[in-house]
Amino acid sequence: MSAKATDEFEESLEGLGVTWSRTTAAAFEATLADAVTGPAVGVGLPFEGVSLAGTDVTSDPTPAELDAAATGVTAAEFAIADYGSVVLRPDAPGTEPVALYPERHVAVLAESDVVPDMETAFGRLADAMTDEAGDAIIATGPSATADMGSLVKGAHGPKDVHVVVLEDR
Amino acid sequence: MSSESRAAKAAKIRQTLAAEGEAVAANTKGFNEGRYESVGGLDDYEGLKERARAIKEDAIERLPELIEQVRASVEANGGTVYLADDAADANRYIAEVVADRDADTLVKSKSMTTEEIEVNDHLEARGTDVWETDLGEFVLQVADEAPSHIVAPAIHKSREGIAELFNAHFEPDEPLETAEELTQFAREYLGERIEEAEVGMTGANFVAADTGTLALVTSEGNARKTVQATDTHVAVAGVEKLVPNLRDLHPFVELIGRSGTGQDITSYISLFSPPGESPTVEFDGEAPLSEQDADREFHLVLLDNGRMAMREDDQLRETLYCIRCSACANSCANFQQVGGHAFGGETYSGGIATGWEAGVHGEDSASEFNDLCTGCSRCVNQCPVKIDIPWINTVVRDRLNREGAPSEFEFLVDGLSPDAEPSGLDIQKRFFGNFGTLAKLGSATAPLSNWLASADASRRLLERFVGIDSRRELPSFERETLVEWFADRGPRVGPEAADREAVLYPDVYTNHIQTERGKAAVRTLEALGVRVRVPEAPESGRAPLSQGMVATADELASETYAALAEHVDAGRDVVVIEPSDLAMFHREYERLLPEAAHERLADASYEVMEYVYGLLENGAPGDALAGGDGERVAYHSHCQQRTLGLAGHTEAVLEALDYDVLTSDVECCGMAGSFGYKSEYYDLSRAVGEDLGEQFREPDARDRTVVASGTSCLEQLDSLLSRPSRHPVQLVDPGR
Repeated sequence: MSAKATDEFEESLEGLGVTWSRTTAAAFEATLADAVTGPAVGVGLPFEGVSLAGTDVTSDPTPAELDAAATGVTAAEFAIADYGSVVLRPDAPGTEPVALYPERHVAVLAESDVVPDMETAFGRLADAMTDEAGDAIIATGPSATADMGSLVKGAHGPKDVHVVVLEDR
Repeated sequence: MSSESRAAKAAKIRQTLAAEGEAVAANTKGFNEGRYESVGGLDDYEGLKERARAIKEDAIERLPELIEQVRASVEANGGTVYLADDAADANRYIAEVVADRDADTLVKSKSMTTEEIEVNDHLEARGTDVWETDLGEFVLQVADEAPSHIVAPAIHKSREGIAELFNAHFEPDEPLETAEELTQFAREYLGERIEEAEVGMTGANFVAADTGTLALVTSEGNARKTVQATDTHVAVAGVEKLVPNLRDLHPFVELIGRSGTGQDITSYISLFSPPGESPTVEFDGEAPLSEQDADREFHLVLLDNGRMAMREDDQLRETLYCIRCSACANSCANFQQVGGHAFGGETYSGGIATGWEAGVHGEDSASEFNDLCTGCSRCVNQCPVKIDIPWINTVVRDRLNREGAPSEFEFLVDGLSPDAEPSGLDIQKRFFGNFGTLAKLGSATAPLSNWLASADASRRLLERFVGIDSRRELPSFERETLVEWFADRGPRVGPEAADREAVLYPDVYTNHIQTERGKAAVRTLEALGVRVRVPEAPESGRAPLSQGMVATADELASETYAALAEHVDAGRDVVVIEPSDLAMFHREYERLLPEAAHERLADASYEVMEYVYGLLENGAPGDALAGGDGERVAYHSHCQQRTLGLAGHTEAVLEALDYDVLTSDVECCGMAGSFGYKSEYYDLSRAVGEDLGEQFREPDARDRTVVASGTSCLEQLDSLLSRPSRHPVQLVDPGR
């Protein structure tokens, strides 16, 4: 996707209080190490040349490991520039629990997967989900509530979100 | 209504104002401001609303077909669809699912539809523990209270109140105090409940028929956890939540958060096509996630409960387009004061609640709060699916009017009421609905009528039998009406000298009470080269319509059109001073007149300052009017005028004539025609008005000349401020 879309995406993230780092497949492991707070759990990443294997992140965790984790690392299927949203796809390997339970969620995103707006996002989702139904979460910033008298970040879901953008993917 | 029941109603409103008003006002006004700001950031807000509306119209039109389609798509995904006729049917089915799963605990995410069927009570009576995981709903579950808002259910509670409640109920080791502590406590407490639960229940904001996908709009993440952690998912959704395609969700996703709490988007838009393959996490198990069982079950309970009948009802059908965003509640001046505990029925609250309550629980469930809609129309432009919410309130009011038994005091208003309504109509409604007739009588017998009306004995009678609050000053009728004054005086611009010809519509207030603003308008238009006429014309029908007397309003609309049609055909513009009457011509006549008649009158009619603006723009000499020379003015536009987008013209004219203008930003003055006169609503009307009063007593406003466009606004302002107020045309009047 265009550099303009990525710039807008990062601008949106800033407005949401979501941090991000740019990296390449080669530098991924070092970047991720900075982005996670241990102990961390994750699910396998679909990007070529990018893996959790060489990191401290525990792939395919047990429930006890998930429960103890401070960070969950998952892939984002794509991102929506003007809202700063990442789109997650709940799946059999456990993207949804890993993205949802730990206090910090790190989403790994290929820069080529940044779409400009919500209309494009729904076009992409409809294409993906019409033939084979599936789940998707459009996640924008951390979980939050205003039900306890003032705005609190971190309700039932993550309190912090970080996006790792793979510039060469 | 008897004077005793009026007094009881007034007492209940005072109690709600005192106990919940402050918290409700802070929250709803915050949402309201947030909405204006957030939709302002959209490139094509109107376009999105139009698309959302079109999708809903199409979906409701094709609803039976979509129900069959979603049944097929959900079954193809591995789930089950149950179409429940009513609440009892839905509850019976859900209890069976829970029993089959052998569940001890069920966790829920927020759903108004499950409130509508009261499923919690049904399941708890059968031994299931039910937990609300939305933090606002959880607070209410602990407090054993009902929601006061359809989106943010606990807005009537303050942080201090919630802390007190939790500390007393849960007795934590360290007392809870901050919002962070309260949230953390609830997260942990509910986290355990979610872990225990076998069944997760959600609602659905939308259901895409083509893919069997539920869209859940949330921020806390509790809906995600409710679905993720349990192996049996029950989603309860009204049939109206169906949209044809997944792609159709796009405009709604952009509109719903902005329209509701003023967020561009909520933290999570969850699109679930259950049962799905995400592993349920058994925290006492050893196997890694990939080896966890994902043997999930899904039941979509589609609820009719009156909705298919609403679909057949030409007046209530639009209610089914509602996406329950709460914009109509947040933009409502009355709701901002009392919230949903006063402005709500069995389940739903806010402006659109009248439609929902009438449709799903029956019209009586709307009767308690329906009159709190004053028809100010501020919600109309805020609704993301463009529902004419005041019209739904009017129609239901009309239906309720027809249920009443004749009052023994009916003779008091009989002479005043050549209306088309059934006997049994509430005497107060009949009195205000026939204000046009009353005003004629008032002018004909003035000043006697004014002395009589203001006499203590009369005020006591009016309060006791008609419910007119004796703390309100009654309008004083002029002996000489505007029409009579003009007939004597005649036009001052000859046919040859005239640039344009116009009729000044003698609305009932200008003709009988505020004649001075009518005379000022005549002089102003003449100074700008307009040949003016002020013909006899009936009351527009606004007064009866506001009381739900639709048949009477319909007759008056026809008579008014008949009185003005020839002028329109002769190329004369129709100039209107009272914004509520102009709004009749533009908005409600669409429903009361044939299409061509409505269009002809609407196209030819203008608000007086809008008309002046147009004349000045077309080269009429501004220096023929009274200039301001920097005079400082505080201007309150009229609610219906703002809905028509006509407030800016007054500001522009005054500024062009060198007035320094400050405009109020409250939604409504709170007087709203008859509303503020009614003894049961006097306190609420004053509370709403106080927001406006405060703005005009600010340091930058308190020395300003006060002007307002509507008669009610002027009356309310006169009661709130020690300064007099007048119509803006009286400022620019060359005879000033």
